[in-house]
Amino acid sequence: MSLTLAVPVDRAPGETRVPVTPDTTRKLIDLGFTVLIEPGAGARAQFADALYEQAGAELEADTAKLYQRADVLLKINGPQAQAEGLTGSELEALGSTPEKAKTWISFLAPGQNEPLLEQFNGQHATALSLDAIPRISRAQKMDVLSSMANIAGYRAVIEAANQFGRFFTGQITAAGKIPPAKVLVIGAGVAGLAAIGAAKSLGAIVRAFDTRKEVKEQVESMGGEFLTVELEEDGAGTGGYAKEMSKAFIDAEMALFMEQAREVDIIITTALIPGKPAPKLITEAMVKAMQPGSVVVDLAAPNGGNCECTVKDEVVKAHDVTVIGFTNLAARAATQASQLLANNLWRLLEHLCPNKDGQLVIDLTDEITRSCTVVHGGDITWPPPPPKLSATPKPAAPSAQKTTEKSPPAPRKARPIALYWVIAGALILGLGAVAPADFVSHFTVFVLAIFIGWQVIWNVSHSLHTPLMSVTNAISGIIILGALLQISGSGSWLVSVLATISVLVASINIAGGFYVTRRMLNMFRKGDPS
Amino acid sequence: MTGLLSMAYLLAGVFFILSLGGLSSQETARRGNNYGIAGMVIAIVATVASAAVGAYFVLAIAVAIGAAIGLWLASRVEMTAMPQLVALLHSFVGLAAVLIGWAAYLDPRSQLAGAEKVIQNTEIYLGIFIGAITLTGSWAAYGKLQGILSSKPLALPGRHVMNAVAIIVSLVMLILFAPDGHGSGDATMLLLMTLIALLLGAHLVAAIGGADMPVVISMLNSYSGWAAAATGFMLGNDLLIITGALVGSSGAILSYIMCKAMNRSFISVILGGFGTDSGSSADDEDYGEARSASADEVASWLRDADSVVIAPGFGMAVAHAQQAVAELTSTLRKQGKTVRFAIHPVAGRLPGHMNVLLAEANVPYDIVLEMDEINDDLPKTDVTLVIGANDICNPDAQEKPGSPIAGMPVLEVWHAHQVVILKRSMATGYAGVSNPLFYRDNSSMLFGDAKESVQALVSKL
Repeated sequence: MSLTLAVPVDRAPGETRVPVTPDTTRKLIDLGFTVLIEPGAGARAQFADALYEQAGAELEADTAKLYQRADVLLKINGPQAQAEGLTGSELEALGSTPEKAKTWISFLAPGQNEPLLEQFNGQHATALSLDAIPRISRAQKMDVLSSMANIAGYRAVIEAANQFGRFFTGQITAAGKIPPAKVLVIGAGVAGLAAIGAAKSLGAIVRAFDTRKEVKEQVESMGGEFLTVELEEDGAGTGGYAKEMSKAFIDAEMALFMEQAREVDIIITTALIPGKPAPKLITEAMVKAMQPGSVVVDLAAPNGGNCECTVKDEVVKAHDVTVIGFTNLAARAATQASQLLANNLWRLLEHLCPNKDGQLVIDLTDEITRSCTVVHGGDITWPPPPPKLSATPKPAAPSAQKTTEKSPPAPRKARPIALYWVIAGALILGLGAVAPADFVSHFTVFVLAIFIGWQVIWNVSHSLHTPLMSVTNAISGIIILGALLQISGSGSWLVSVLATISVLVASINIAGGFYVTRRMLNMFRKGDPS
Repeated sequence: MTGLLSMAYLLAGVFFILSLGGLSSQETARRGNNYGIAGMVIAIVATVASAAVGAYFVLAIAVAIGAAIGLWLASRVEMTAMPQLVALLHSFVGLAAVLIGWAAYLDPRSQLAGAEKVIQNTEIYLGIFIGAITLTGSWAAYGKLQGILSSKPLALPGRHVMNAVAIIVSLVMLILFAPDGHGSGDATMLLLMTLIALLLGAHLVAAIGGADMPVVISMLNSYSGWAAAATGFMLGNDLLIITGALVGSSGAILSYIMCKAMNRSFISVILGGFGTDSGSSADDEDYGEARSASADEVASWLRDADSVVIAPGFGMAVAHAQQAVAELTSTLRKQGKTVRFAIHPVAGRLPGHMNVLLAEANVPYDIVLEMDEINDDLPKTDVTLVIGANDICNPDAQEKPGSPIAGMPVLEVWHAHQVVILKRSMATGYAGVSNPLFYRDNSSMLFGDAKESVQALVSKL
């Protein structure tokens, strides 16, 4: 029997989006699912109930019944404790049981919502979080974060324009000259790039900053100017996000922002570090330094904001500067956001339903499924193992280890090698037959030492070959032991003289070799010349 | 007491292994060196403290003089002269091996008989033989590196025959010498062999050209190890055997790596000459005109570039240009450009020579990359500066099967958008082949002394 996908009205405050559109309804039915829609689910995104019906969806007006009938619940926001039309929480209304586990798919922010994951587990439900879909190439078609960030970036510029009392573009008119607006975008991720593009096409001068050097080209391709600080540090972390930077870097960065704050009219901040509060990049002093009438749009408001003056979900005035802290900018473009989201969600379900038979297959060995599945089979499966590849692989860091040759020997060579072993074996056995025991034991030590040397030396870094040579040189001064043993007691003056000279030259070797190695190794260093 | 001594030797042996193991990365290398020193001190103190050693006064003087000379040499050597110093130090091990061999032969205490005596004699003979070759071979290498001897291969007529005769005669004498060792004429034979080996060592290395010196130095490094091991057998000392074997295999591996980097067999390097057998080293192909650029032009290219790769060669060492290059690097890096170094395994005259020079000039080692690490990035590079290098970035190695250097792995600098070759003249490199890199459309020559050219670039940036 095929599974029923249910789409209730998302009653979260300010939510306008819907995760399934009439368009994707058809595609989901093609995958073999039954689609159940609560009347009015798509109303705020301008999708009428009739359109869903035409697409083949069934309307279910009784909210409680909709939850009961659902095998898979599709929403934008996570479960609410109290919902209109339901007696208990949304989760309880779903009525998942160990025998018949139901699946919840929505944004869940699993990193910040561990108690929620416990609730899912307590209800024996499976939970998939849309924001936990890995940001890898293969998963791009279902990357809701990128879709939403794209809209948020565009919307941020529109909100800023709405509050900003001037044109974005520069004009020379009969009534005087209008300078173009200057926009600074901090963080050149998807949202940042979308904001750069939107602001640029409105005619503004756009500058952008990001700790990741790799995005410079992307910024420039959108028409922005890439700002840098005079410090070598690359901030690229895994999964296309930035990592936290050093103190020196942050200081230089803040100085740059202060300087820019005096100049620019609009600042759009999008800086997020996964799993951490958003970094405070725009201080109150910087806001104060901005011209009256300037605008700050803080896209990091959901995570605490990049600006010290941000108030979540509100537009506030601080030092004559408008600070916009809307958390759900994507919802302000409901139709567009719903279309993109619905397409992403359809792609995710397509991925989870490989046989197109209306059944979900939660394959935890698959990287995408593994990452977005946060509760399954009685376990909390968050966090997933770290992603293997970032979107643009960085060149491998210079490794000090030399990798040994891995090419397998050609089979053709097998016979000569076997032959060598036979010959070597015969020689060794022959030697053993005639040689005295003393020699045999020395010979054993000798051969084993060669093999140890062989194993150890292959690990020596390429760049250390000269020190290797001087250190082996010093070590081979161990030959001094031979001379030491000869220097006295032989009764022959000639032997003593020869041994004394040997001690002398071997000492040169030992002292010189070790000292010059030390000199060289002290020169090897890392980092910037101070 | 012998138990104590053996354990001290065991400890020293372990320390030596840790010492070499420590060199696997820059972070642990210094500790590795300290392990080596510790091992050496343990071994020497334990030996001196043992009952077999007396004559402390003579011994102390000899060690003090030797150590003083060693420290003096090591503290005043310039990093560009490192190959010479290493060669010189090798010769000391060779000399010690020869002297100890002779002393062991002359030592009236050895009273062995039968198989043990034969083995002892063989060990003495081989110890002296290897030691003598190491001694004069290192001197010849030193002379070539220091410029006392011509760096061109010495090609005496019939040199292969001479070498072969020397080896065969030595072998025959070994067979005659080993059974008795102290009979009539045996001492003369040993002396004769010593002379032959000395000549052979000098001749072998003299026949090898300057650019093959990385192989020669590592080969001599290996020999000095085997000489120590042979001495260990001679004296029945396990620590000498272990250390000799470690050093011997280390040198052998380095030689192998160097040969591989030049796509040549060990034998062909040892036998000397480059392309002399084919006789076609001079090719008359017309590549057209090479373009010469001024320092101003090069500076403007560098200003416009985002990523710069510097490929240094022996010429940088000759011109002592490493400090200037480091200054150029930091200037470019301050301007926000990516600057990296591409190091060919056989660049310079010693394995790892370029790394040492750049380290001396305070270039951070994490931007100094090996050939394999950087070749793939070269097509994305805006400007490549080739400083005093030639054969190691010759496209013929990949594109012209008949070239004497065909198949040698090279730095593919020509894939960069712009290549600048800093060179004194259009002369060929060591391999004696022209380098079509100079004539490519995206290549320009910046003629002059590498140090002055680089300083000019720094001042213009």
